Amino acid sequence: MKLPSRTEFLDRSSYRQRRFRDAARWLPIFAGVLMLLPLMWPRETPDQSQTSNGIVYLFGLWVILVVLAFVLSRVLRLSESLDGNDAPNGWGGE
Amino acid sequence: MGQRVLLIEDEPNIIEAISYILTKDGWTVHTHSDGETAMSKVMQRVPDLIILDVMLPGKSGYDILRELRAQAETKDVPVMMLTARGQSKDREMATSLGATQFMTKPFSNAEVLKSVRALAGL
Amino acid sequence: MISFNLLIVVSLMYVVFLFLVAFAAERRAAQGKTSWVRSSVIYTLSLSIYCTAWTFYGAVGYAARSGLEFVTIYLGPTLVMIGWWWLVRKLVRIGRTQRLTSIADLISSRYGKSPVLGVMVTVLAIVGTTPYIALQLQSVTQSIAVFAASSDEMWLPGDLNRAAMWVAVGLAVFTVLFGTRNLDAHERHHGIVLAIAVEAVVKLCALLAVGIFVVWGIAGGVGATLELIDASAQSQWSPSPSRWIGLIFVSGAAFVCLPRMFQVLVVENSDEQSLSTASWAFPTYLMLMSLFVVPIAVVGLDLMPESANPDLFVVTVPISEGRQGLAILAFLGGFSSATSMVIVATLSLATMVSNHIIVPSWLNARTPGAVVSGDVRQVVIMSRRVSISVILALGYVYFRVSGGGTALASIGLVSFIGVVQVFPAMIGGVFWRGANRWGAGAGLIVGFSVWLWTNFLPSFGIDAVISQAVFLGGPFGIGWLRPEALFGISGTDPFVHALFWSIFLNTSAFIFVSILTFPNPLERLQGAQFVNVFDYSSGARTWLQSAAQAEDLLVMSQRILGGAEALSIFATEARSQGKTGFQPDVTPDFIGRLERELSGSVGAATAHAMIGQLTEGTIVSVDDLIAVADETAQIMEYSSRLEAKSAEANSTARALREANEKLTALSIQKDAFLSQISHELRTPMTSIRAFSDILRDEDVENVARKRFAGIIHEQSNRLTRLLDDLLDLGVLESGQVQLNIGQDILADVLDRAVIASGVNTGKLAIARRAGNETVNVHTDLDRLAQVFINLISNAAKYCANDVPKLRIIVRQFAGQTIIDFCDNGAGIPSESQSMIFEKFSRLEDEGKAGGAGLGLAICRQIMGALGGDITYLPGQGGAAFRVTLPAAQVLVLQ
Repeated sequence: MKLPSRTEFLDRSSYRQRRFRDAARWLPIFAGVLMLLPLMWPRETPDQSQTSNGIVYLFGLWVILVVLAFVLSRVLRLSESLDGNDAPNGWGGE
Repeated sequence: MGQRVLLIEDEPNIIEAISYILTKDGWTVHTHSDGETAMSKVMQRVPDLIILDVMLPGKSGYDILRELRAQAETKDVPVMMLTARGQSKDREMATSLGATQFMTKPFSNAEVLKSVRALAGL
Repeated sequence: MISFNLLIVVSLMYVVFLFLVAFAAERRAAQGKTSWVRSSVIYTLSLSIYCTAWTFYGAVGYAARSGLEFVTIYLGPTLVMIGWWWLVRKLVRIGRTQRLTSIADLISSRYGKSPVLGVMVTVLAIVGTTPYIALQLQSVTQSIAVFAASSDEMWLPGDLNRAAMWVAVGLAVFTVLFGTRNLDAHERHHGIVLAIAVEAVVKLCALLAVGIFVVWGIAGGVGATLELIDASAQSQWSPSPSRWIGLIFVSGAAFVCLPRMFQVLVVENSDEQSLSTASWAFPTYLMLMSLFVVPIAVVGLDLMPESANPDLFVVTVPISEGRQGLAILAFLGGFSSATSMVIVATLSLATMVSNHIIVPSWLNARTPGAVVSGDVRQVVIMSRRVSISVILALGYVYFRVSGGGTALASIGLVSFIGVVQVFPAMIGGVFWRGANRWGAGAGLIVGFSVWLWTNFLPSFGIDAVISQAVFLGGPFGIGWLRPEALFGISGTDPFVHALFWSIFLNTSAFIFVSILTFPNPLERLQGAQFVNVFDYSSGARTWLQSAAQAEDLLVMSQRILGGAEALSIFATEARSQGKTGFQPDVTPDFIGRLERELSGSVGAATAHAMIGQLTEGTIVSVDDLIAVADETAQIMEYSSRLEAKSAEANSTARALREANEKLTALSIQKDAFLSQISHELRTPMTSIRAFSDILRDEDVENVARKRFAGIIHEQSNRLTRLLDDLLDLGVLESGQVQLNIGQDILADVLDRAVIASGVNTGKLAIARRAGNETVNVHTDLDRLAQVFINLISNAAKYCANDVPKLRIIVRQFAGQTIIDFCDNGAGIPSESQSMIFEKFSRLEDEGKAGGAGLGLAICRQIMGALGGDITYLPGQGGAAFRVTLPAAQVLVLQ
């Protein structure tokens, strides 16, 4: 059931909140792509595919993701009252 | 003269007054004071003119009027409606149901006489 | 050498400590102090049951065999948690609004509270989890055996089995003790949650300690460790793309589908803020758990003899280096990983078995009245305790039957693919309103079958369950059904093969059947509730006005929720309906709310079935559904409009609308009143005018003139009376009447009334009993007399008997004085009795009597003002009125 009307223009703080939510939705997609990235690494010579490089890359990525998730969890406000109709399946649009 | 008027009205004083005026003017006045049995009274012998009160015990004057207009014998009989509720919607109601004349209580005797004569085509 | 006895003592102390922690948490929760258990930290730590002994010991083994691939098992859940805004947040919200108790409950509840789906998911979960429990038992016994061997204790296979059995019994006792203490309406277990949080800390510390020791104590720093890695057998990292993607997917999906994970992630969650914290804290935990896995594996490979089991490097490396304390800590870490997983997995499975299999069967076996008479609460708790024991016994039997060999090592992934078969139905249920129970059922059956055939049964090895011939030629020689080469596509990695085909065919069946079949109304309703959970603030109304009695529902609720909680729910509901006591009206809203409360204890399908028995199976129809949908749409439209306006403008509008409604109602009343007044005034006026016209215009003989003048006189009196009555009524109705309180004997008041009504000159006979009338009345005597006069005159006017007679009977009753006026006339027809006290409610023919129909209306107003009453008494053989005077104004003469 779609809501009959949506707020078209939001004040700055609500606008910012919506973009944070978009970020929360994008983050796992971004993370997923980066997790698959090593599959495309060149592996012609032994020194191109060392496990130690993999460890550095994966754990580095992990730390970055944790930091981003941490930042998002601090700025995201959970109450939906802010802009009322957050679209659970879509991108909050204005 | 000697035309027959049927007065259907439940207030005895008003019956007496109208009967008195019309009789003096040379009409033959029959009276009836119950709504429920009014139609059978009319059908016994169809009068030349009917004076009909709206608020009657048993059945309202509007219902009687509707039946009168539905019957072949009585659909052309002139009917003068009397009402004590002088609102315009009562007049509209009476006209739409086919009342020939509409009169609000209280009325002047002269008025009644004039109307009755006019309705009888005199 | 390590003292084996020391290990046993430390382990037992650790177990006692865990019992104390759980016990203390329950104690504090019982005192209402639950906030600290519900904290984000505890929540995050409780999620760590994802890391079982398979992680603690197995990850190192995995890394020793396949290098970095092990990390995918932790990358999947990391993706799910940092993507919590998509799925986990929604699951948690749904779990809270629908009071879900398990993953089976989620599926059953979403698909029209279907009992069959609940059973299917439960069976799937048991089959998928039992080997996993066996794996935990195996890891504990193997690590014990390591210590035994190192301390020169000779352990025979029988000793291992006995150890496994005692561990299983201990875990059963713990789970029964803290998992089924009470039937919590939210299915939350503070003692268990805190205990596993403590275990989470222990296992992380243990693994970090071993890792730090390995990197800095043995390898000699980070750089040296990396060099060691590059020099090891696992120096090359060339991930297989299909395995890499498949493993990330399956671990992420299993993270939300595993019964134990659903338990801690959704059921035990108490607020979304915790989830927000866990979104970064849990990935951190996983990263730390994985950080030293490769170094430990590499150092272990380097240090330990060729024959050493890499799965046990975490304990064997410290032992071989002579670090007794560290080894014991590592052992406790592994022990923690195993026990916490087993406890929660067993508890969640037991809940599912009890809610979806045992209790529904028990209910079906009973007659409908059983819901009320039987002790459901006791049955539920007992069935959980039995289920816990049975599931642990199953795990133990599996451990014994499988022989604790290498077959178990691969069971982790096998188990994951099994439980992930629920994933399509879950995702579809949460994001796709078109998903229905036929589709979900078809997907589950197809996925489960394919998994059994391609993954579970082959995991026992060739010729164990499936013969070599079938592996090579397919069942009955059907080549394209070969378990590791479905449709003739061979050469795929067995894991990828099983995962791809089971999930692909599962999802296809789910989507295809969902599209081709129709959901029932309850499913559509639940579908909307789940998919749009953030738009609905309250639960759906799924019950119609029903035949259920509040009392029956209360009795049933008490059996499940316990007396105090059930009574408080009912009392709250009654209060919100503006009633007192414990029996609210059984409205659809209330039944819906009650069902959700009950489903928190026994699951949605069972709660629905139980209420269904009491409400005589009233279920929603499509029409009701549409009505509910329309109503919801209207409410939502209305509320969104409200938001657009300012609150002030809105309240003004409401006030105006109310005022307008009031005015409209008043206007209609006024019109009717004026019309009546007009009639009542014009009728006498007509007579007056007609006769005065006659007298003026005509020559009238004397007798007639006198008579006409008499009529005019009488009619003008009638007009005056009418005006008096109208004014009187106006004053009385406005409530501004001045009461002139006096005191007299009732007999005197009646005497005056009889005289004033003037009936003693007429033919109405009045019968009174002087003896009963010696009552002292303290009231407005004139007003009371006015009522009496009215009643006596009415009798005189309307009593249509040749010998009219009025009896006035005075009686005392319960402090009140009752005065009955009964005549012997025709009485008032029953259809008119209700309206005689209304204004202008004159009955037929009364016009002759000259009343305007206001008398009884005035009487009623007067009696109201005097604090008494006047009513019509039917069945007295004539018209009869009863005047009641209140006790306060009556004093019986001494």
